[in-house]
This record gives sequence, C-alpha cells and structure tokens, in this order.
Amino acid sequence: MKGIKSRKIRLVVNGHIHELEVGGRPGQIKPSHTLAHTLRETLGLTGTKVSCDHGACGCCTVLMDNQAVLSCMTLTVECDGKKITTIEGLKDPKTEGLDPLQQAFIDHTAFQCGFCTPGILMSAKALLYENPLPTEEDVKEALSGNFCRCISHYQVVRAVMSASEEVR
Amino acid sequence: MANTYRYIGKATPRKDAADIVTGGSRFLNDIKMPNMLYGKVLRSPHAHALIKRIDKSKAEKLEGVEAVLTWEDVPDWRGGTPRCTRILDRKVRYVGDAVALIAATNEEIARRAIGLIDVEYEVLPAVFEMEEALKPDAPQLYDEFHGNVVTPGVPFFGPKSLQEVVMGDVEKGFQEADVITEGTFGYENIPNPLPPEAPGAIALWEEPNRVTLWVSNQASYMDKITLFHVMGRKVEVRTIGGPCGGSYGSKFMSWQVQTYATLLSRATGKPVKLIFTKEEHLAAFTMRIASRMTARVGMKRDGTVTAVSGTWLIDTGYYSMTTQSQVAVGCGEVQIAVRCANWDLKPKIVCTNRNASGIVRGFGGQELKCTLIPLLSLAMEKLEIDPFQFLKKNFVKPGDGYFWRDGIWYTYRGVDFSKAMEGGAERFGWGKKWKGWLKPSAVEGTKRRGIGVGVHGNADIGEDASEAYVRLHPDGTAMLFSCVTEHGTGQRTNFVKMVAEVLQLPLDNVSITPADSLINPYEFGPAGSRGTYAIGSAVIAAAEDAKRKLFELLAPKLQAEPSELETADGVIFVKGHPEKKMSWKAMSVDRTITGCGRFEPDYTLSNCMMTFVEVEVDTETGKVTLCRVVNATDVGQVIDPLGLEGQLNGCLGSGGIDSALFEETILDRSSGHILNANMIDYKWRTFSELPPIDHVVFETPIPSHRFHAVGVGEIATSPGPAAVLMAVSNAIGIWLHEYPVTPERVLKALGKVRPRDRKGGVA
Ligand code: FES
Ligand code: FES
Repeated sequence: MKGIKSRKIRLVVNGHIHELEVGGRPGQIKPSHTLAHTLRETLGLTGTKVSCDHGACGCCTVLMDNQAVLSCMTLTVECDGKKITTIEGLKDPKTEGLDPLQQAFIDHTAFQCGFCTPGILMSAKALLYENPLPTEEDVKEALSGNFCRCISHYQVVRAVMSASEEVR
Repeated sequence: MANTYRYIGKATPRKDAADIVTGGSRFLNDIKMPNMLYGKVLRSPHAHALIKRIDKSKAEKLEGVEAVLTWEDVPDWRGGTPRCTRILDRKVRYVGDAVALIAATNEEIARRAIGLIDVEYEVLPAVFEMEEALKPDAPQLYDEFHGNVVTPGVPFFGPKSLQEVVMGDVEKGFQEADVITEGTFGYENIPNPLPPEAPGAIALWEEPNRVTLWVSNQASYMDKITLFHVMGRKVEVRTIGGPCGGSYGSKFMSWQVQTYATLLSRATGKPVKLIFTKEEHLAAFTMRIASRMTARVGMKRDGTVTAVSGTWLIDTGYYSMTTQSQVAVGCGEVQIAVRCANWDLKPKIVCTNRNASGIVRGFGGQELKCTLIPLLSLAMEKLEIDPFQFLKKNFVKPGDGYFWRDGIWYTYRGVDFSKAMEGGAERFGWGKKWKGWLKPSAVEGTKRRGIGVGVHGNADIGEDASEAYVRLHPDGTAMLFSCVTEHGTGQRTNFVKMVAEVLQLPLDNVSITPADSLINPYEFGPAGSRGTYAIGSAVIAAAEDAKRKLFELLAPKLQAEPSELETADGVIFVKGHPEKKMSWKAMSVDRTITGCGRFEPDYTLSNCMMTFVEVEVDTETGKVTLCRVVNATDVGQVIDPLGLEGQLNGCLGSGGIDSALFEETILDRSSGHILNANMIDYKWRTFSELPPIDHVVFETPIPSHRFHAVGVGEIATSPGPAAVLMAVSNAIGIWLHEYPVTPERVLKALGKVRPRDRKGGVA
C-alpha cells in the first residue's frame, strides 16, 4: 500500500468518536475497506449483517446522518466526519431502553431467522426519521430494498405501522 | 374450545427476540477467535475435467498464507450417498467444484492466493441434460454410477427404504378409468432456497483426531453424525450450533464447507473460518432437485384415480447426499395427496455436470407434485372435475394407508383435513370464482384472472428420533437440554414454552442449552415439520419425567402420594390443599433433578396444507401478478400464533410459490456456468409486491401429543407452485406446463412471440 499517505478519519458511531488511521498496515483502514467491514471487523460491531456484499439485499443497512445507506457499498474513507448509527445504537442512548421500533418487532415477532432484521430495522428507522407517520405503502416502499427470505414482511409492516402509531 | 393453557397457543415473545432486534445474536460470521485463519476455495472453471497438474508454490510463498491443500494433500474423506464424492478430487465435475483450499491470516490474502495457484486441466466432455446423461455414450461422472444413474436407496431408512411407488395392478386400473391422460411434465428451474446467511463453518482441530466445529445449521447434532461418516469414522466431532440465518432445509447438510474448514485447521493447527461468498452460495452450495415426469394417469368420472404409471427423473447435479431420501419421502407424500390403488411410478436419480441439488422445503414431494398435478389436471379437465373437490377427495383419510420412506405400510390415524380445506375454499371464495377448466374467473380488458389450488402433506411430522433432558433446580428454575438450533421457526422458544407449561413455571425461569453436541443428547433436528410433534414430545417427556422425580422425592415430606401432588411457580402442593405446600428448595440446595425424554418415530400421522391462489395475467405484457393467497391447514393446537403465521407466510419465498412465478437458477447448458449467481439477477420478492395472504388454521386435537399439536412449517411452500401453474392456465385458457411462468412463456403460449423448441411440458 505504498503511495497512500497516512491520514486520519473521524467517525461518530453510535455516539462514540472513532479516529481511524487510513493506510495499509494491519489495524489501519484501507481505502478499499467498506463501512460494513470497518464496523464489523475493526470496531467489532457485528450487529450489522452482510449477506450479498453487493448492494442487492439491504442486510447491511446502517444510518449515515440519519439516512439509510448500504454499508457494503460505502467506503469507510468516504465517511469522514459522518454520524453513523448501527443496530447497536438504536437503543435510547440515555435510558438504554429499546427503541419503539425494536419493541414493536419483538411484540409482533416481526422476524424469523433474524438475519435480515438489523437491516430492516435500520431502513425502517430512516423512514420514520423522514416520515414519522407513514402509510403502509410508504413502509413497503421504504423497505423494498430489503431482502427477507423467511417472509417476515407482513409482520414487519405491522410492526413498523404500530411503532409509528405510537407517535400519532 | 377455550384455551386453558398458560402459554400454549398464546403469543409470547421469542426468547431470542431482544438479541435479534439489538444486533446481539451471534451468527457464525460474528464469531472471532484468537489466531483465527480465513479459508477460501479455488473453484473449477470447467464443468468436467481432470486435474493434470497443480502448482501451488507461488501461493504458498505469499506472506500470510498458512496452508494450500489440493486433492493430493487430503485424506480420502467422502460425502454423498453412497459415499463416492471426495472432498477434493483429481476430477472436477461442475463449474465451481473445489480444486484447492487456502487458509491465510485474512480474507484478502486468501483471495489473492487463489489467483496464484496454477492448475492445468484436461477438459472432458460434460453433460447437463438428464436424457443426455442416460445415453450409452454419455460422459460418465463417476466410476461408481454406471450410466450416471445414482445408486438408489437410503441405508439410514432401513433395508427396505422406499425407492418407488409400486402397488396394485395398473393395467386393471387403466381399464377401469373413464379417462386416461399422459405426458411429460417438468419442474426443472432449480430454484435456490437462498437463506440470507451464506453457508460456513469454523473448525478447530486437535491432534490426533478431534475437531470442534462452530456451525450455523438447521440440525447441528446431525452435522456431527454426518461428518463422522464423511471423515472415515476416525474423527471425533463436536459441533456447537448457534443461530442460523435461514436454512429452509438447505443447511441441514453443510458437510463440504465443514470439512474444508476442518482440513485447513488440521493443516495449520489454528481455528479456521470459512464462509462462502454469495456467489458460491448460489453456484456452489445446493439448490432444489430438478424433476421431470413422464406418466399416464387413469381417472374415473367421480374423481377416483385408478392408476398412475410412469417414470420420474430427478436431476441431482454432480452428486447426491439426500436426493434418495427426497425420493423416498416424495414417494410417500404422493400417496398421501393422491389416493390410488394402482401405482407403478419408478424414479431414477441422474447426475449431471452442474452444481448439486440438496434439501429444500418440500423435500421431494413438492417436486413430484409440481409435475403430477398438471398431469392429473388434464384428466380433470376432460371429466370436468373441480380440482378443489378432487384434491379434497383424494387426500389421505383416517384408515387409509401409504408406504412410507422405510418401505413399510402405515395406516393413517390422524384427522380428516376436509373441514380445513373447506374452510380455506370458503375464505378464498373458490365456489364463486371457479368457472371451469381453462376459464378465467374474471376478465377486464387485457387483464385476465385465474385461480388454482394445490395440496401437500407429509408424514415426517413424527419422523426420526429425538432426545431431551430437563433439569430442575432448587431455585425454581429449569433448564432444557436439547440440541436444537434456531433457524427461524421459533422452535427453541416453543420447546421452552412446552417445558414451562408442563412445570407451570414462568417462561423466564426456563432456559435452553446451547446446541452443543457435547452436552446434549441425540437430536435429529427440526427437519421437515417434525419439531412440534417429534422434538416436542421428547421435550415434554423429559419435563414430565423430571416432574415425576420431583414429586417422588418430596411426597414424603408433604405426607402425600406423588400422584396427589401438583406444582406451579416453583412450589409443590397437594391437589385440593394448596396450604400443604413447599418450595422446590425443599429438594435441597445441593441437588438437581434431571428428567429424560425420548421420542420414537411415528409415521402414522401427516400434516396438510392446501393453498389457493388467484393470479392476474396481463395478456399484453405476459406479466403474471399474484393477487391473493389462502392457505388452509389443521395443526391440532397452535403453539405460537405469530410463529405459525410467519411459517405460513413463508410459502412465498425459499423456492416456494415464487418458484412458479419468477424464481429460477439459470444454467448455461453449453458451458455449465450459472448465469444468475448474484442477488441482483436471482429474482426475489420485495416488500412492495406482497399479495394479500390469509391463513385458515383449524385446531382438531391430535390425541397422541400432550398438547394435541402437529407441526406444519416446512410444507407451506409446497402446494403453491402447482396452484400457480393451474391459475395461469385457467386465466389465459391455454395450458402452461413450465415453471416459472415468465412473461416470455405466457406470451409464447398466447402466440404473441414465436415459440422456441422446448423440453418438458405436455406432449
Ligand atoms: S450486504 Fe449490503 S446490500 Fe447486501
Ligand atoms: S427473517 Fe430470515 S431472512 Fe428475514
């Protein structure tokens, strides 16, 4: 990795500041590293799941400045100065209580194997940031990039609607 | 009947729910170990070739590479049934076959090392078509399988394991028929069950002959048993199962990735993690078997099937581990769905130079029915028989029988599912919508609607053995020892519910052990729909046994007979005298009480699922839209309503209904490459395309289960595909006999694009 000048980037992940060195040495962030890789392998935040690693399934969705992004398609070096929220950061940072969305997923058993669930939750969270009172159609649209093979969709839609109803 | 249970039938949160929604579930790829290496596989670019020479020296020199293994370096471990498929062989048999295994300090180095291995192949002619493979001069995949026909039979099922459906006198049956139809029908689009989590394993070898494997599988105890045999019965295998990110049958068998990791750990002395990429998952793991039937059926005017005779060809790809089992179970299932006195249905399993077929929900029966129902439909059309009435009439009834997978005749003693079927038909509005064969239920401009119905049942709900322990503690808690992993059905929680119900403990006071084969007794695993009845019965028996021992121990202290005692919330009391009580603590703080339970196989019960579908066909574009789905079943007693709903919703995905609509693995039949081995090109259903779905669930108690329940989850996918084909045919008034019903096929049938030669379909 000659030719890459060592520099630092700063990420705020779930409220914690991480200063990461960019470079080719072990422990450093390579320019080729995806955000998913950095979150999982460097920061140990394995709640974010990777399924296709190809931008096709939404499993790896996280929030960047409250918007949903595919962390397998985002390079870490592009995230300098960004605020990242992962599934581990969805709880209320002060009370440590579950987010209403998380509680609604539990109450509706809105998952089967649960592998796709972190990505779905983060997409749903981004939707509710943007549109706290979505219609069912809005929910389906917002989640249309999220693959769920078990078909938890119906229960997910119900859970998201009920979480948003709490806001109503 | 009012539900008087404390937990059974009530919606309770999954035990693992909090972990799942907070990202705390540790799936396989979330596990890291000190000194862990990463494994990768070099795969063959040829469908059939001999390896003339491999030069791995450059790869071995790459810094960070700790092992490169080729067929010359590995023991003669073999998988497959019979065991003929070497882990690494001198010969490669499909595009993607393993050529070398690499372990390195990180994935990137392992990937680079793949590119440094130099392989010289002698390319051999390959065969991708069953009929071609059966020809005398066809390329031969194995010395052991003459004519590419895989040895039939499943030793595990016993000496008479079912290999065909032969009974009665088909000639006589055809003479009795009012109508005889025949043809060739296929279900050959080899969909991939495609769980989100790719197959993988972490292995740690300890000299001289021990391996511990962290697995993310549907049946982790069976991994131990499978691997023991694959590894030449010389290795002591321990498996530790964690949460499984979807399986749908497929991860019941992961012997290859597990042996790859094992071999690499054996070579390096370090833990090795090997996880397939999504491309490998799609192109080099397992998919559905391909099924093609050429048969004749005879039918009477009243819908009685008088004879079925023909051949059932099954393409298993380059090897078979479980295809014979699927044939055996499929042959049993077809008798459950189609009552007929005269059968002569002969399966033949063929190997070809494509990726292997393995287990998927439906397990043989879905594949067989997807080809048989279209043939039966032709006869029904001639006799103007309503398919709903036909399927209802011909589904197994109490007192009927069938040859099950072990080749033994069983008399069915379960419920009559007719009521549930009628409930489904009513909810769907079948009676109003059915206008006759090849007639749309509605037409609006260029859009035509059609309806279809399918059915499936499986006597696997009581298959195979299960064992469990329940340990009671003086603090009023209990622990269930059961080697069950959670693969999405919620059964780990349901078993805890069953224990809590028997012992009347708060759910929080009952826990379940990790699925570690070292601490748990034998468990075949939640395969098929056996979880509720088979595993559940073992778990319940263990809880009952523990309770009995507890009562025996404490009865003298309460000056009562054990039979007079009852327990709730960690307190034992005399029935009718709640004041005569003592806490579980009375067992003494230095004691635990362990109950044991075992379930013995019982093939006299079947589950049932009938699926009604309505589709809309756009005759301009050929697009087929699924407008409505109604599933009807009888489960005896619901254990967990939300979990059950999830299982039934699953009818769409994992190679289910959508395998008739758009799902397929596209194999280039000239090169053997899979053309859509990624999740952009492999089509799947999105949130914005959800049809309205309804489940009609009856609860007719099954006497032989403590809570009167049978499982049903697996079969949700199975009746749908044939129903879709029927619905589309009815909508456009022309028989469609190929899966999936792509716009191109619909337009072809409508004469709007020029037909191309095709294999399969009606003769
Ligand atoms: S893992 Fe990122 S989109 Fe599939
Ligand atoms: S819950 Fe299993 S894939 Fe969505």
